[in-house]
Amino acid sequence: MTIEFGNPDRPNSYIGKTVPRPNAGRLVQGRGRYVDDIVLPRMVHVAFVRSPFAHARITGIDAGEAKSVKGVLRVFTGKDIAEVCTPWVAVLAHLKGLKSPPEYPIAVDRACWVGEPVAAVVATSRAAAEDGSALIDVDYDPLPVVTDMMSALDADTPVLHEDMGDNLAFRRLHEAGDVEAAFKSAHKVVSTRFRTARHTGVTLEPRSILADWNPAEGQLTAYHATQAPHMIQTVLAEHLGVPEGRVRVICGDVGGSYGIKVHVYPDEVATAAIAKIMARPVKFVADRLESFTTDIHARDHEIEARIAVEEDGSITAMDVDDWTAIGAYSVYPRTSAIEGNQVVNLCGGPYDFKNYRAQTTVVFQNKTPTCQYRAVGHPIAVAITEGLVDQAAAELGMDPVEIRRRNMFRDDAYPVTSPANMRFEALSHHASMNKLMDLMDYDGLRAEQAELRKSGIHRGIGIASFIELTNPSPFMYGIGGARISAQDGCTVRMDPDGSLVALSGVTEQGQGTEAMLSQIVAEGVGVSPDKVRVITGDTQVTPYGGGTWASRGAGIGGEAALQSARALRESILTVAAAMLQTEQSRLDIRDGQVVDTATGESRMPLEEIGRIVYFRGDTLPKGLPRELVQTRHFITSDYPFAFTNGVQASYLEVDIETGVVKLLKHWCVEDCGRIINPQLVDEQIRGGIVQGVGGALFEEIHYDGDGQLLNGSMADYLVPMAAEMPDMVVGHVETPTKESLLGAKGAGEAGTAGAPAAVMNAINDALRPRGAQITEMPFTPERILRALGVLKD
Amino acid sequence: MKASVGGYARASDLRHALELLSGSGGLGRILAGGQSLIAAMNMRLSAGDLLVDISRVSELSGVSDAGDRLLIGALTRHVEIGGNPLIRQHAPLLSQAVQYIAHAAIRNRGTIGGALAHADPAAEFPACILALGATLHIEGLNGRRDVAAEDFFRDVFETAIGEGEILTGISVPKAEAKETQVIEEVARRSGDYALAGLCLVKRPAGHRVALFSVGPRPLLARAAMTALDKGDVEGAAQALRDDMDPPSDTQASSAYRQHLAQVLLRRAAARIEGANA
Ligand SMILES: Cc1cc2nc3c(=O)[nH]c(=O)nc-3n(C[C@H](O)[C@H](O)[C@H](O)COP(=O)(O)OP(=O)(O)OC[C@H]3O[C@@H](n4cnc5c(N)ncnc54)[C@H](O)[C@@H]3O)c2cc1C
Repeated sequence: MTIEFGNPDRPNSYIGKTVPRPNAGRLVQGRGRYVDDIVLPRMVHVAFVRSPFAHARITGIDAGEAKSVKGVLRVFTGKDIAEVCTPWVAVLAHLKGLKSPPEYPIAVDRACWVGEPVAAVVATSRAAAEDGSALIDVDYDPLPVVTDMMSALDADTPVLHEDMGDNLAFRRLHEAGDVEAAFKSAHKVVSTRFRTARHTGVTLEPRSILADWNPAEGQLTAYHATQAPHMIQTVLAEHLGVPEGRVRVICGDVGGSYGIKVHVYPDEVATAAIAKIMARPVKFVADRLESFTTDIHARDHEIEARIAVEEDGSITAMDVDDWTAIGAYSVYPRTSAIEGNQVVNLCGGPYDFKNYRAQTTVVFQNKTPTCQYRAVGHPIAVAITEGLVDQAAAELGMDPVEIRRRNMFRDDAYPVTSPANMRFEALSHHASMNKLMDLMDYDGLRAEQAELRKSGIHRGIGIASFIELTNPSPFMYGIGGARISAQDGCTVRMDPDGSLVALSGVTEQGQGTEAMLSQIVAEGVGVSPDKVRVITGDTQVTPYGGGTWASRGAGIGGEAALQSARALRESILTVAAAMLQTEQSRLDIRDGQVVDTATGESRMPLEEIGRIVYFRGDTLPKGLPRELVQTRHFITSDYPFAFTNGVQASYLEVDIETGVVKLLKHWCVEDCGRIINPQLVDEQIRGGIVQGVGGALFEEIHYDGDGQLLNGSMADYLVPMAAEMPDMVVGHVETPTKESLLGAKGAGEAGTAGAPAAVMNAINDALRPRGAQITEMPFTPERILRALGVLKD
Repeated sequence: MKASVGGYARASDLRHALELLSGSGGLGRILAGGQSLIAAMNMRLSAGDLLVDISRVSELSGVSDAGDRLLIGALTRHVEIGGNPLIRQHAPLLSQAVQYIAHAAIRNRGTIGGALAHADPAAEFPACILALGATLHIEGLNGRRDVAAEDFFRDVFETAIGEGEILTGISVPKAEAKETQVIEEVARRSGDYALAGLCLVKRPAGHRVALFSVGPRPLLARAAMTALDKGDVEGAAQALRDDMDPPSDTQASSAYRQHLAQVLLRRAAARIEGANA
């Protein structure tokens, strides 16, 4: 079974082409169906009273006045919810030493961050629930707060969770080779302190859930904006004491996720618990302030790192000391140790060197919990690595492209294992770099930069090579004991009219999963994509699967779709061969017709097969298989992860009087293996770059020393917007993975992984003649002026 | 959050609006373009208001030529200010300012009266009318009064508009023959409120410099104006330090705002030089 991917003129050649998105028309016409659009009979709304303190004992809750508000039906405290819902502990067995205390849907006697739910008010409208919330009188006894990351483990810092003994959640040290010796004998050592700011993945649609408990059926149905419906099914079943088979999670249209919607949130579980208690549908839709205070945050890291190089530029060693503060709890069930762990796994990724040491230290503090957000750990690891490589090049007087070429794994060196023990099947760093050089006219830009510098214009060019972890196997979560599926499945069926329905375990968050699935199924069976209806996001309907995370939808879900489509094609041809009294091998399906393979001549439309199988099965030979429904599952097994690679470049101008950075252009050449839909891949890269630029230039959640969040609105938390974004040029190298027929790896996070480092290096390239360097994100105009010494105090 | 509104009434004319206000028991609140007020209500920063919608009061809208002045109605939308030929010709500072204000959708609804009454210290129009030396026309059931721009802005979101009064419009002196007007600002993203901004008006009689986003209200930089009158741009930049004491927030420190104001003054002065060359 092969597909001639190299031949664009092959029949049904939809894989590799930009086809219309099946859901686009619906969404632009406002006919989408988000959780907030769903109205059920007897539905009520919940609003949460949230802690105004970063750390406080709850000594009393008086709901008397709230209950008298018109429309308010009931008030729940942490204790009320704890009676029907067990707490969770977010640890994974393979992250040795990771600890976190039990977390309740609503704080029971202690609140640990500003925004943690302390009571819930249920009313006939959200407005009434808010009116009620405002009248709940909570008595707090403020406790000492831990906010600073680097002093969290000091002896005189209070311990946030007494039962845990200290504020250390997790620590991992990885060592390969002889790092000390390599640094001792190095020609040059460069060391730098990096900082990435706490930020969050602002989704257009906020977190939303509508939970409905039907006591007559003993079934909980949750309409949920989530990336992982099956995971949520398991979680709700386990903690609410409902059999897993009696929890149905339905995930309709979702307005963006970026990792934010792959976690378990206390307020969402509380909503489900309340539905169970009240035996009626309960809706919770976070508002924007709640999004900023309670959606997971990410990327709050401080890093001390150094690199050792020889005179010829070869890297001999890297040493990374990474610290991150994750808020008050590790987030369930993926845990908050993964980001730091990824930094350890990914630093130095593109380069062939031997001596590597990296440690991550993960501490608790009284802030909103952090967890996985698009490109988990990558932007940090790439910034550290590429920042150091650029500084080493500058020290050696070497061109930044040249030093990378001297150190990147050769394109014919694979398979290889990195000093961080990551196994690479096949990457294309050199081919990607060559393509980038052509696309951007590197030498021409360098000449322009030098010329403009003479007239006091400070432009910079920044390069960032990267690797991206995609298509994870159970090595990511499953081996740690989490019921998170790395496998995914697809069922494809043919209906009497010859149209197809594909049911998939991967989900649509707005990124185009359903378009990708429709074109794979179309090619796999032999129909046009508009004949394929795709259904995702319903745990009682689709095959069991993992959903959307770690850029796995195309590589895992796409392969399952291709396998099931090919199987259906065989089933159809078995019936066709019997009807046409010919050999199956002489028949093919093209554009909805059974054709003669050799001549392409049409023999029969699929509708005819549908008619016979469904309505005149009596005319087929007895015992002839006629299964027009096929299901296949796919899981990777040769490699723990399918790594992709690429390189980005940023060209920008720094106004050295105001510190303002103007992005002029951005390039990305990446290798995600087989490209299924060029436009979807390019837009993933572009959108990812925009989020990466957000981290580099704009996004930063501010807290004061008491753990109060200072910028919880779209006016104060700056997301990247269109006017500031540069033109982006996207190029590709295709090295398909051999683990699957499809050969696709992930493309969802590459843009975000590399953009911050490219921007950082470009700013530093612009500032270098003035002796300035900046490594603390976001690179605000003010920080740039401080780096330049223009502002001193 | 969901807004918590006390009530809503649409005024048919100015008199009606004033009556609605006076009958509201102190809870009345003018709704003009809604671009600041609705956002505040949606955060429950303002709750229980009895909204008096003046958006259909046509007598409050439009720009007219009143001899040596332009009369601009309070309800004139930002987008109209930006495109109006009279304003372009006689008060170009206002048309220039529009490009810095928010985004197209907001400019289509927001009104100059709303912007002035709201008195956000980082907003452009308040500083513009201060630099231009405009007069504000305020009306209550007891009659009309005029307030000079210099006396209008009191504090963050606080103006000279009294209980039961409505800002009906402003009068802006027409630019003289040799007058130049420029506005400069630095914002993090296009459409954001400025981190610091500056309006510079050069008249035969002397310079006027108004700063915004560097204090609780827009302010006239008098020391800098005096230095500019002497032709000393660098002295004016230095003098700015005495003219302001900017706040620090998550967007910018006081020192950075001060620095920016100086950079903007030099740039504005250079532009004026360029325009007159
Ligand atoms: C995302 C965003 C970005 C923005 N960026 C900027 C910016 O960069 N620069 C800038 O200057 N503005 C900005 N704005 C604010 C915008 O310009 C508003 O339109 C303006 O500040 C208020 O005008 P309005 O007509 O919308 O007033 P409303 O919101 O209707 O009212 C504002 C206040 O003024 C009072 N009021 C209104 N009219 C009168 C009147 N005639 N008499 C007495 N009281 C009155 C109201 O009672 C209310 O208290 C931004 C707004 C948004 C939403």
